[in-house]
Amino acid sequence: MPDFKHNYPIDQIGVEERIQRFNSRSIKKETKLIGLKLALSMIDLTTLEGKDTPEKVKQVCYKALHPSNDIQGLPQLAAVCVYPIHVKTAKKYLKNSAVKVASVATGFPSGNTSLQIKLIETKYAIDQGADEIDMVISRGEFLRGNYTFVFDEIAAIKNVCGKIRLKVILETGELSTLDNIRKASDIAIYAGADFIKTSTGKIQPASTMPVTLVMLEAIKDYYIKTNIQIGMKPAGGISNAKNALQYLVMLNETLGSKWMTNEWFRFGASSLANDLLLQLGKEKYNGVYYSKDYISLD
Amino acid sequence: MKKKINNNPFTWNYSPAVETKEHIQINPQYNLFINGKFVKPNSNTFFDTYNPATEEKLAELSLANEKDVNAAVLAANNAYSKTWKKMPAKERAKYIFRIARVIQERARELAIIETMDGGKPIRESRDFDIPLAANHFFYYAGWADKLNYAFPNKTPQSLGVAAQIIPWNFPLLMAAWKIAPALATGNTVVLKPSENTSLTALKLAEIIRDCDLPAGVVNIITGPGSTGSFMVNHPNIHKIAFTGSTHIGKNIQHSIAGTNKKLTLELGGKAANIVFEDAPINQAVEGIINGIFFNQGHVCCAGSRLFVQENIAEEIINKLKARMETLIVGNPLDKNTDVGAINNKEQLSKIKSYLKMGKEDGITLYQTLGELPKKGYFCKPSLFINATQSSRVVQDEIFGPVLTIQTFRTIEEVIEKANNIPYGLSAGVWTDKGSKIFNLTKQLKAGVVWANTYNKFDPSSPFGGFKESGFGREGGLHGLMPYLKF
Repeated sequence: MPDFKHNYPIDQIGVEERIQRFNSRSIKKETKLIGLKLALSMIDLTTLEGKDTPEKVKQVCYKALHPSNDIQGLPQLAAVCVYPIHVKTAKKYLKNSAVKVASVATGFPSGNTSLQIKLIETKYAIDQGADEIDMVISRGEFLRGNYTFVFDEIAAIKNVCGKIRLKVILETGELSTLDNIRKASDIAIYAGADFIKTSTGKIQPASTMPVTLVMLEAIKDYYIKTNIQIGMKPAGGISNAKNALQYLVMLNETLGSKWMTNEWFRFGASSLANDLLLQLGKEKYNGVYYSKDYISLD
Repeated sequence: MKKKINNNPFTWNYSPAVETKEHIQINPQYNLFINGKFVKPNSNTFFDTYNPATEEKLAELSLANEKDVNAAVLAANNAYSKTWKKMPAKERAKYIFRIARVIQERARELAIIETMDGGKPIRESRDFDIPLAANHFFYYAGWADKLNYAFPNKTPQSLGVAAQIIPWNFPLLMAAWKIAPALATGNTVVLKPSENTSLTALKLAEIIRDCDLPAGVVNIITGPGSTGSFMVNHPNIHKIAFTGSTHIGKNIQHSIAGTNKKLTLELGGKAANIVFEDAPINQAVEGIINGIFFNQGHVCCAGSRLFVQENIAEEIINKLKARMETLIVGNPLDKNTDVGAINNKEQLSKIKSYLKMGKEDGITLYQTLGELPKKGYFCKPSLFINATQSSRVVQDEIFGPVLTIQTFRTIEEVIEKANNIPYGLSAGVWTDKGSKIFNLTKQLKAGVVWANTYNKFDPSSPFGGFKESGFGREGGLHGLMPYLKF
């Protein structure tokens, strides 16, 4: 295990240059079609608002199961992501499908509550039927340099999760430097995260490509060392298909084909699915966009 | 806790995204650009230029003989004394600005021709060569009427005719590096591009003609080394600027000894790229890759000698190997290609002879696994692991995609090894610690030292070497000096 007091230095300019290289890849024709479908299958369709209703959750579940009426041969989405109180509803509609129900937990989005309550909340979400838990780390403690606290908290939550997959949200928008993001990634991975995730979507900036690259490299270094795969979930801020393809290029060239599946990579997004459907429609209708009115808003 | 490993059989290969070349016009035959016009060569001899990626003939180029060189030098001298010298600097600047703008307008066309003629990936000619060439003209256009401020109380004056000979690795960019400061300082030019890659220089000649530059201010002639030697030995040349091999640079020095000709040489290099244990590792790996595989390693300042601190050597080498597998080697016109074709046949056989030599010295050779295209001059990205300081693959400039790797333990050791070479053009340092960087920049005998980055160029930044890498600086305010007398 690394000594978390020491930084694993990250050069921001180098990271940004690497991103430019990814973004200069030309993704056309068959590659694009495959990429768009893959991206669609990797979406954790998310609704995390105070005003969420059971009807809204139902609609999101339906969308995850049937992304489009117009285009045939599309994959289902990876999961729906909801608050704990909506897990039961979501599970009801997704029961007999491969679409997972992910629940945020641990005092989402700030995480500013006691460990006891976090554990209870996690257990509650699991009891309601959640397949995956998206927890947040205590950024306050992390920025104070209390890395042991952050580590122990993740380990405790993982302990409650057992075989349920745990995604650890670093909330990179609050961590300020890439060095910190690397450190938080390492802490989460070594403490037992199955997935590391960039953001809650409630803080700006949410996911960016440089941040995601640094996290992918943490996953890669861990895999080189231990041969254990960790998943990655950029969330928030990825709203169009072009950007999603750029993320896939980055994933493909950083971690390789082993990660090019929704078992190991997810997009946390609400509006990305519709842009992917629009672009997939364009591919189907020979380069002509079909009206957005044909795509359901969720 | 052991987690499930999935073996996803899916691979996401990129479909070809080949730049179209239908709209590109390359004439079957090119004449010499002398005194503002394209004229038939006196020699009446032509030679072929090839696309190194396909081995197809692209065009026939004129071979300039002594009479042609005389005509070009005469035109340049006339233009110097009759128009260019007398023209107000502000007016000169307008012409240079105009050239810069037309290069920008025709950037796509120039990029495609550069790639077809030289084999470099379109990504590089599009994003690096052509924009930077335009920037050099913009930058030096700005200096033209400010020379008295650049060198206060020194009354800078132009020299006369500059003979400029450039290599095949960055054809248009090197032409820009040479022509822009010469024109800005009020000199006239006879330029000879490499016989392997003359097409973009000839396109530049068209641009210069279309910009209505006074006849004879820029003359562009093509031919092999003999043409260059007529230029160098011509009595009415006042300044020689040469970029190329150290061997020829020495010959030039011999032949102009005892004359009044000013000289700048930008010659070979064998740069040390030094990675310390506290470096940002993943970015350093990227920098090493860019340092050596940029333009197939045909870069005089390429980071061709890698020095890694011993305790991170294994990690770095493994990451380098993995990263090299993601490099796409192939059709240079494909927008996704990372490593293109070796510029010419002779260079490919030279690189191959070095690969053989290194193996014979008992050094471990690692090459990427992917297949190379059947046709064209291609070379796999290569590493020499555990290279020895005395081996010729470490001492000589290979000028190809071949990196030698050595390890070190202390700063003193790495400085000694890095400087223990006849060259001194550039170096790279990778560490998170600022004081270490400044310590090394002081002690490394290199014209450029990049810290936590590599192969960065800007018109405002001077470039040039120590020792057998040459003398004189190009770029920046310093790049004006070789074209001026005070």
